[in-house]
Amino acid sequence: MNILIAAVGGQGAVLASKVLGKLAQNIGKDVKVSEVHGMSQRGGSVVAHVKFGDKIYSPVVERGSADIVLAFELLEGARYVDYLKEDGILISNTQKINPMPVIIGAVDYPEDITQKMAEKNINTKFVNAMDLAKESGNIKTVNTVLIGLLAKNSPISKDEWVKAIKETVPERFLDVNLKAFEMGYNLN
Amino acid sequence: MSKKELLLGNFAVARGAYEAGATVATAYPGTPSTEITEYIARYDEINSEWSTNEKVALEVAIGSSIAGSRSIVSMKHVGLNVAADPFMTVTYTGVNSGLVIAVADDPSMHSSQNEQDTRYFGMAGKCPVLEPSNSQECKDYTKMAFEISEKFDTPVILRLTTRISHSQSIVSLENRITDEEIISRPYDKNPDKYISAPANARKRRVIIEERLDKLQEFANNPKNNLINVEYNDKAIGIITSGASYQYAKEVCPNASFFKLGMVYPLPKEAITEFVNTCDKVYVIEELEPIFEKEIKSWGLNVIGKEIFPTIGELSPEIIRNCLKEAGELNSESLVTYDVQEDLPVRPPVLCPGCHHRGPFYILKKLKLNVSGDIGCYTLGGVPPLSAIDTTICMGASIGMAHGFEMAKGKEFAKKSVAVIGDSTFWHSGVTGLIDIVYNKGNSTVIVLDNSITAMTGHQENPSTGKTLKGDIAPQIDFVALGKAIGIKRVVEVDAYDLEKLEEVIKTEVNAEEPSLIITKRPCILIKGIKFEYKDLQVNSEKCNGCKLCLRIGCPAISFNNETKKAEINKSLCVGCGLCVDVCKRSAIELMEKKD
Repeated sequence: MNILIAAVGGQGAVLASKVLGKLAQNIGKDVKVSEVHGMSQRGGSVVAHVKFGDKIYSPVVERGSADIVLAFELLEGARYVDYLKEDGILISNTQKINPMPVIIGAVDYPEDITQKMAEKNINTKFVNAMDLAKESGNIKTVNTVLIGLLAKNSPISKDEWVKAIKETVPERFLDVNLKAFEMGYNLN
Repeated sequence: MSKKELLLGNFAVARGAYEAGATVATAYPGTPSTEITEYIARYDEINSEWSTNEKVALEVAIGSSIAGSRSIVSMKHVGLNVAADPFMTVTYTGVNSGLVIAVADDPSMHSSQNEQDTRYFGMAGKCPVLEPSNSQECKDYTKMAFEISEKFDTPVILRLTTRISHSQSIVSLENRITDEEIISRPYDKNPDKYISAPANARKRRVIIEERLDKLQEFANNPKNNLINVEYNDKAIGIITSGASYQYAKEVCPNASFFKLGMVYPLPKEAITEFVNTCDKVYVIEELEPIFEKEIKSWGLNVIGKEIFPTIGELSPEIIRNCLKEAGELNSESLVTYDVQEDLPVRPPVLCPGCHHRGPFYILKKLKLNVSGDIGCYTLGGVPPLSAIDTTICMGASIGMAHGFEMAKGKEFAKKSVAVIGDSTFWHSGVTGLIDIVYNKGNSTVIVLDNSITAMTGHQENPSTGKTLKGDIAPQIDFVALGKAIGIKRVVEVDAYDLEKLEEVIKTEVNAEEPSLIITKRPCILIKGIKFEYKDLQVNSEKCNGCKLCLRIGCPAISFNNETKKAEINKSLCVGCGLCVDVCKRSAIELMEKKD
């Protein structure tokens, strides 16, 4: 299973990759997780690669081979959609976060992202994860809402997902994250 | 104990140092190496510190090795340039307890100013280099590095790359060694060995060559686990190491492989046998053609950079495409979706409320020539602030400002400043400042003091009042230091007070003597700092849509194309109030203070 998480720095991509890593380990798979930090911490584009299976070599997902691209922001989903394999699924937040070139008016935020994806027949699942995160009680649970939706679209049992979250998320944020996970899981 | 954990490569290096019984760890933070020492600091058994720079860090580690402790020093590739001086000689003196120098290269420059291959330093210093290819090997090779260091009386470089340092894979944990004779050796009082004066060094020079031969012999023996040879289909053989091994193995699972664990010196006999056994041999290495050149120099026929790139990180995709172009693979290309070209880029930005925004806004406004430095504030060089002209390496800004004056004279100096962060100033800015004073320069130096090493993720430094271990530490005083080295004009100013900042900078650049300005405000991301939160909002009646407020490049301010007014995103705004000062129509208003 190859999963690519595309996000904006600060959205919790690293924590999400940890949950996936724990999950894979718990179900007895070999697993590799790769992320690049440093500059990307400051609101830049961030991407984390998660791969698990019987034996994993490369820690990075090759373009055209991801089963899932999990995008925490719409534009970032479009940026990394070329990692999807032909029958892969893009699970994306519909939230828009303007990058600096848009903020200062140098370029426009593309308005036709979802439409273009539909034209290319990409299997997509869009969710307003920000609204659900607010409802869960903490806007920082956008990542867990999306993990919920990912869990629903995975062959791995819900119990394993919950267990991985419990083992990864700090105690004091656990309840709100479990709630956010449920919301994502029950979406469709 | 056979607990398995999913560990970051850097954490696994730290774990290796712990299990190997290391008791001293030093470093200056630098992506992608930083987490090694952060993680080591969690072990009470290991005495660890953030040193002021990599040269000092290595010197401390050399001292502790000679004194009898297994020691590890960590840095990024450019850090080894700083530490090159002690490095090139400690390979002569050798060690007492094991000395491991962990150096993380950054192919593709995800977070670096250049792309370097540390294997060259290994060759230049005649120092063995080990290179792991996953987290388990990060741990195992760290332990082996200590053993090799002691066995061959040499420091050992553990070379990492971003993809190894920053990827996680499964690691089996073991206990820390309990052998007291290894953990604490007697001090090796041996001046003939450790005083690298000419008469001694000449003798050691010969020993180094003998040592390299012995190391090569050691690496040739498969029992020592520094080579891993897998014979599969012998039509294609691949010689590789590190991350490249993993990529190549994914692309060519059926090929024969020669994976190097020690990447310098190379095991000549074993490689020769491999090359002679396979029909055709490719050398796949990231960055420089180091294996390739050496193997070719032995008269062996291998293919390397003829088909693989020298620039940037490799990936399975690159290797696949290169081998296809060479006619070696005929698998079909993977289908990729392409939604649209020209998507807006998302570069990293200074955070809302960042200390650096005010100083850069003023420097841009005053149209000064700004020599910059390495840290978060390098982001002040990109639009809309665009306030930095040069950035070379840690600490270079100050010397370069003096160079501006050397080239163009006093009047030019009045239009120039150097900017440098607090941690970078301690790292290697202070010597440049002393140079200016001594050589009667007039430069104005601005220390952007946000009281943390921010870019690498908040490490303590001599301005923070705390050590790596979290203990209270003396806070070194910029003002007292500036005065002590002979600068008469030392001014501290609030980084959020734009009016005062402008006035101070204007005055100081015009002064015909050196000036030191220290702008102060802690990084807003420091945990536990007190921040006077102000609630800001745009008064849409006063806002005329002039977009002046956008010039400070704050991610919390944006322009609403429908209403033609500025907007403040309250979930991002921290209430620093800079935009209030920038707006000429007083359209950004301070609301009641929140608790």
